[in-house]
Amino acid sequence: MNVGDELTPLAKEPVTRLQLVKYAGASGDFNPIHWDPERAEEMGLGGVIAHGMLSMGFLGQYVAGVAGPENVRRLQVRFGAMVRPGDELTCRGTVRSVDGDRATLDIWAENQNGEQVTTGEAEVDIG
Amino acid sequence: MAIDRSNIGDASEPITFDVERGAVVRLAEAIGDDQPAYAEGAAAPPTFPTTFNFRLPVQSLRAIDPSRFIHGDQEYVYERPLSAGDRITCVAKIADVNEKETRLGTATFVVVETEGRDEADELVFTGRATVILR
Repeated sequence: MNVGDELTPLAKEPVTRLQLVKYAGASGDFNPIHWDPERAEEMGLGGVIAHGMLSMGFLGQYVAGVAGPENVRRLQVRFGAMVRPGDELTCRGTVRSVDGDRATLDIWAENQNGEQVTTGEAEVDIG
Repeated sequence: MAIDRSNIGDASEPITFDVERGAVVRLAEAIGDDQPAYAEGAAAPPTFPTTFNFRLPVQSLRAIDPSRFIHGDQEYVYERPLSAGDRITCVAKIADVNEKETRLGTATFVVVETEGRDEADELVFTGRATVILR
């Protein structure tokens, strides 16, 4: 892993309403904005939105896939744009720095329009 | 019901969770993550601590309609990986509260910190989330 390296992207299947229901059940996050269209509409969201943590989950999958699940030391993301059912996210990343056995990665998930919806960084052990 | 800076320091009771392999697999399935280590019980997805968050009642947050919350950011720092069989005792607390202007009007930004320790009282992870209350 060298500074400036571009990591192999991870293209996820389109987000589905069923996936949001599964994610609600698996995570315990039953906020109705993720599964109840009427409530999401009332809250001014124009329909259900995906859990931010689902896209962070995609990035966790990405980083653990690159470095090995036992080597992930830190994950940090900011939820910048809403993700809706039908959106197709691709996880991408680059190596920002390497310090001994520790690498810092810039990571992000972008949608089918190339918009970065979730952005952040990860630290992984590469020893 | 509102949150303001007087709520900084509000904390949940410590709650102990068993990390069950089935719960690990269900989270991985919902994400669509086919990492074999999760089904084998050797590790859990990095975002697994999120499954604890919604079971850690900080009363001042619990009193608010959940649909008013939007997740702004999230960080996890891992001292070691979680895996099935771990018993993790977690505490969540409100670390900061600020009012800010957003595209959707004035909102309250609440920073919630979580930590998880194992049965030897060793720190396993810390979490830091900003939730936006509209």
